[in-house]
Amino acid sequence: MTSRTATLMAILLLLAAVPPVAAYFAEPFYLDLLRRVMIFAIAAISLNLILGYGGMVSFGHAAYLGIGAYAVGVLSHHGIDNGWLQWGVAIGASALVAAAIGSISVRTSGIYFIMITLAFTQMLYYLGVSIAEYGGDDGMRLKVRSQFSGLIDLNDPTAFYYLVFAILVLSLFLTRRIVDSRFGLVLRATRSNEARTRAIGLSPYPFRLTAFILSGALCGLAGALLANQTAFLTPEFMNWTRSGELMFMVILGGIATTAGPLLGAAGLLLLEDTLQGWSVLPKWVQEHWQLYLGVILVLVVLYARRGLAGLLPGDKHE
Amino acid sequence: MDFTLVVEQTLNGLQLGVMLFLLAAGLTLVFGIMNLVNLAHGSLYMVGAYLATWFYQLTGSFALALVLGLAGTLLVGVVVELVALRTLYERDHLDQVLATFGLILFFNELIAILWGRAAIYSTLPEFLSGHVQLAGNLRYPLYRLLIIGVGLAVALLLWFVVSKTRLGMLIRAGASNRAMVAALGVDIRLLYTIVFGFGAALAGLAGLLAGPIFAVQPGMGEMILIQVFVVIVIGGIGSIRGAFLGALIVGMVDTLGRAFLKPALSAVISPAAGDAAGPALASMLIYLLMAAVLAFRPEGLFPVRGGS
Amino acid sequence: MSEVLLETRQIRKSFGALVATDGVDFDVREGETHAVIGPNGAGKTTFIKQLSGELRPDAGQIRFAGEDITALAVHKRTRQGLARSFQITSIYRDFSALDNVALAVQAHAGHSFRFWRPAREDRNLTDPALKCLQQVSLQDRAGVLAANLSHGEQRQLEIAMALATQPRLLLLDEPVAGMGTDESQRMVELLSALKGEKTIILVEHDMDAVFALADRISVLVYGRIVATGTPAEIRANQEVRAAYLGEDG
Repeated sequence: MTSRTATLMAILLLLAAVPPVAAYFAEPFYLDLLRRVMIFAIAAISLNLILGYGGMVSFGHAAYLGIGAYAVGVLSHHGIDNGWLQWGVAIGASALVAAAIGSISVRTSGIYFIMITLAFTQMLYYLGVSIAEYGGDDGMRLKVRSQFSGLIDLNDPTAFYYLVFAILVLSLFLTRRIVDSRFGLVLRATRSNEARTRAIGLSPYPFRLTAFILSGALCGLAGALLANQTAFLTPEFMNWTRSGELMFMVILGGIATTAGPLLGAAGLLLLEDTLQGWSVLPKWVQEHWQLYLGVILVLVVLYARRGLAGLLPGDKHE
Repeated sequence: MDFTLVVEQTLNGLQLGVMLFLLAAGLTLVFGIMNLVNLAHGSLYMVGAYLATWFYQLTGSFALALVLGLAGTLLVGVVVELVALRTLYERDHLDQVLATFGLILFFNELIAILWGRAAIYSTLPEFLSGHVQLAGNLRYPLYRLLIIGVGLAVALLLWFVVSKTRLGMLIRAGASNRAMVAALGVDIRLLYTIVFGFGAALAGLAGLLAGPIFAVQPGMGEMILIQVFVVIVIGGIGSIRGAFLGALIVGMVDTLGRAFLKPALSAVISPAAGDAAGPALASMLIYLLMAAVLAFRPEGLFPVRGGS
Repeated sequence: MSEVLLETRQIRKSFGALVATDGVDFDVREGETHAVIGPNGAGKTTFIKQLSGELRPDAGQIRFAGEDITALAVHKRTRQGLARSFQITSIYRDFSALDNVALAVQAHAGHSFRFWRPAREDRNLTDPALKCLQQVSLQDRAGVLAANLSHGEQRQLEIAMALATQPRLLLLDEPVAGMGTDESQRMVELLSALKGEKTIILVEHDMDAVFALADRISVLVYGRIVATGTPAEIRANQEVRAAYLGEDG
């Protein structure tokens, strides 16, 4: 086991220990916060696959968060509360939309790719806003959380916490396997040197598109979790600022590292939470926390490019 | 369908089109010449709108407010370029996206601190608030006609600058071949600052023109910025001509779609279908248009250079 | 005389008013090492890019192993057995030397849509990759990050990657460019060992390397081939001396 893997294991163990500790101190708030962190970590892990390893700067990843959430919300709205079905549709619909958006955007690169992924997500955002049946601008409340035939009850905060935890661990493991596989080797190669990849006989397009779809599907699952977390969904899930936050999580944590997205999600959400709600800070900081977040963001990009994972003990190269 | 309504909506589409053009012209040059993804361009639009509104309230003179607002936005733009963006030219797109995303958060919040989160409204001076009798029963607001006029005039001016002057020659060369411009011995940093300031001023102009007809509020820049991206993708990065035509196309399609798609669907299929699908489809129209253009022309309608 | 493996017929490419390739007829026979030389600006790069598929000729035809490949994309040409090295070293700098070659092995072998088993532990990839590294005497550097190899080693690595795709034809674009005397000596030895085993097109400025390796030489001047022949014939050719060798003194 490398020291990096050991560090990641330690972090996961800490996360696993949260529910009993929070219960002991009667602080259920932290359970909720860390569950949120883990859900966003799953979304960031999915983005890291294409952004970090595939070099595709997708500025529209919130789309799949929204699709996953709406899959749960819309089915629930029509009286279908079966979680297997809801989450299956969340993953499937996200994969389909990713295939459609990807087939057009993956052919382009650079600034075009960024703008196109952003624009398509904006399109879905407006679609959400304009459908009055599903609450339009205001969104809608999830009356019942996803039902898993009595197997697990998402209304139980601890049970829900451990389900999210399990999916997080699985996502980490899965992406690690993919990145190290033959497919992952090609994916990283297309980022590293596209001309060389063509010259050894591989067209980057099918590999990039496949990664784009896998990434969308996983993010769709995160969206289904998020809808259950908030018991509420709005088009804001797909807001472009959400896409920007996901990207920032990946960078803040350390791009193209296994633990990075988890660290980044924790870093950003805890930072936001602290700026907004830490009573030690003066009121004018709490009220205008976005101002400081903006400045911190610029500084991190300019001066701390290796992210939080770079601070961890461990070998320099993965 | 009512003929008057069609003409009116066409004029509205034209007005949105020239507005998008004012924003797209500067941004497409920044993309093309500096290869910089600047998300904060919409913030300059917002700054322009706020400054003009504020100066108008302070001075009571609309003309003075326009001049001060424009100068103020230009100043803010140049400062942003010197302080933050300069260090980003050599960075990859990801860094540029995130850093300028940070700038957006900063500006939106700064505006909220200075003027509050609620929308502020500016009124038009007496001499601009009337309507013009265009034909029969068609009356159109004078101010909107003014916007169209200003937009077309700027387009003409830009065309002249880009195709007839030495600065324009450098800009065109810069959009297709940066190394060559550097080899000509031009101070590339100065050229960048000029182009960026130029773009900022145009964004500010769009903002201050928008002030009296749109809600002036934090975040107003991003709504329109993403439409501007669609314009640039359709037109082709770095092309002023592409930005102009792309802006008019997007302005028209969006406006006419919102006005006529619902009644058209209602008439052709059923009122229920029109109600259900009309608004949704109308709001997606320009993005579908972009997808269609990209499917056939991945580099946009007027590509400036191959690849990126 | 052995069979023709690659040939171009009247290929032509222009950029605006500049005609970079002006009706070139060129052929490479199975097993030979055929060098392409020419002064700067003669259109060598444009010509090579048309052979590899990065550029498409405006007119004319390129045939490889009897098939028309004029319109074939780069990666498909490689699949058919046409591998290349680049004028400016092109490797995966953030991969180890072994991973660089293993990827090329994988590209040739197919089965790249496998998502589960770690590629680094796949002997089907690493064994052939190590063999290719051996061929360019880099076996001791297998685990080193490519970015940390010396310039000469990086060029050797590029040859190993080309070999890993089991090509019928190697297209080498200035393989000794930018090398010191020792390094280029080593590269020439390495290529001599490949000579005869593989068909090679060698584009090179270094005349010592060209005359040491080539079976035949074609001289490209202003987008046209002015002469083709054995090294001795080229040395003796008046037109070549006037147009090209004369310049070098």
